[in-house]
Amino acid sequence: MSRIGEGILEALRMIVSLDPDLIRIVGLSLWVSLSAILIATILGVSLGTWLGLKSEKKTRLINKVIFTLMGMPPVVAGLIIYLILSRQGPLGVLGLLYTPRAMIIAQVFLAFPIITGLTMVGIRAKGQVIEETARSLGADSRFAAWTVVKESRIAILGAVITGFGRVVAEVGAVMMVGGNIDGRTRVMTTAIVLETRKGNFELAIGLGLILLSLSFFVNSVLYSIQKGGDVHDG
Amino acid sequence: MSMTDNRPLLEMTGINKVFHKEVLRIESLSLDKGLIYGVIGPSGAGKSTLLRIINLLTPPTRGTYRFMGEAFENGNDRERLRIQREMALVFQRTLLFRESVRHNIAYGLKARRVPRKDIEKRVDELLAYLGMEGLAHRRGDTLSGGEAQRVAIARAVAFEPKLLLLDEPTANLDPRNIALIEDMILSMKRDKGITVVMVTHNVFQAKRIADEVIFIDEGRIVETGPVERVFSSEAHVKTRAYVEGRMIY
Repeated sequence: MSRIGEGILEALRMIVSLDPDLIRIVGLSLWVSLSAILIATILGVSLGTWLGLKSEKKTRLINKVIFTLMGMPPVVAGLIIYLILSRQGPLGVLGLLYTPRAMIIAQVFLAFPIITGLTMVGIRAKGQVIEETARSLGADSRFAAWTVVKESRIAILGAVITGFGRVVAEVGAVMMVGGNIDGRTRVMTTAIVLETRKGNFELAIGLGLILLSLSFFVNSVLYSIQKGGDVHDG
Repeated sequence: MSMTDNRPLLEMTGINKVFHKEVLRIESLSLDKGLIYGVIGPSGAGKSTLLRIINLLTPPTRGTYRFMGEAFENGNDRERLRIQREMALVFQRTLLFRESVRHNIAYGLKARRVPRKDIEKRVDELLAYLGMEGLAHRRGDTLSGGEAQRVAIARAVAFEPKLLLLDEPTANLDPRNIALIEDMILSMKRDKGITVVMVTHNVFQAKRIADEVIFIDEGRIVETGPVERVFSSEAHVKTRAYVEGRMIY
């Protein structure tokens, strides 16, 4: 109990003193996770919408692959991205390994199947009816697809929230491809692992509480947007 | 199009639709401008499929389809969109978007890229014309069944289509809402010259507001004709059986 109490005090101390290391770690964590979610949302919502509007029969195999990838362990994702970005890998020449970009790629790889799968399920529920309604009113295919996305925004934001929850808390993939390098690729989750190993439990708990608070804040914003789509405007 | 243009609005010849089996065959159907057509027939006869084919939402498997004299070739998506933009289809189970009634009514105009200022003006005019100003800021998916159906029809006529297709627009509604919707349909014909094709299970409704009746049974058009004839002793024996409630399904 005292460790948790000291952890809370440590968290407050770091926040109040605007600890430069903390600011750098928090900033990088947010940058990596939010960039990954943005990219995964653009890709996942597009593919999920397309799949959701196709008949299930035609996309059965793709569905199974996506649902499998949704449960992929982060370390496996990290390993795959590591092999692709390592010097001998197909994208080794880009020199991305142990950079924040590699961490973003790994997190996109984790969030993309979740956002795709949940978007697809959400759109499949009513997407075809929405698309037909749009077309019956003269919408071309692009405008009709945009209408489907807008009308399914609650399900899609749910997918984004779930995807964000997945990447902000994960440690295995970013550790493998980022390397937890101080000042360059250290994020909150990898810092917590390191401080715990060093026995600095108060600092680890403090970082954990800050991570939880940030996650709460970002999720609250997303949740407000989601609920905003459900508010009576008259 | 000039006022003297006497071509039918729509002509369909030798049209059929095959899913796993043939679900609809239309030897010949012609729709004239400015009339209300009531489509009647038993459940599963192909009435809704007929509307979907007219709208090209479900393109026919084969046959000739001419809209305002111009033939449509299956697979020509551009032409399909051009024809679809001349008409509107209101489904039996109306789906209003999760936006305000104003936004819903403006949808077809936005899809046609009408300038925003014109959209505002036209939506205001239509709301006033239909006496629906009170609903303008309500959200589409919070309306009652009758209100939703009226908004769906308003949304469909906002861009002044030449052809309005209605699939059982008054199913499950109370008499007051039925009367309001029938008034809307009649005024669309009277004031805007819109041709209406309305599927209905209610033969009395067809009698009340239709000029022409199309009777469909087992995927075939059994009879088309003026409402007076279809509801008289001169009608086809199957039509008479249906109208008089003697048809055995």
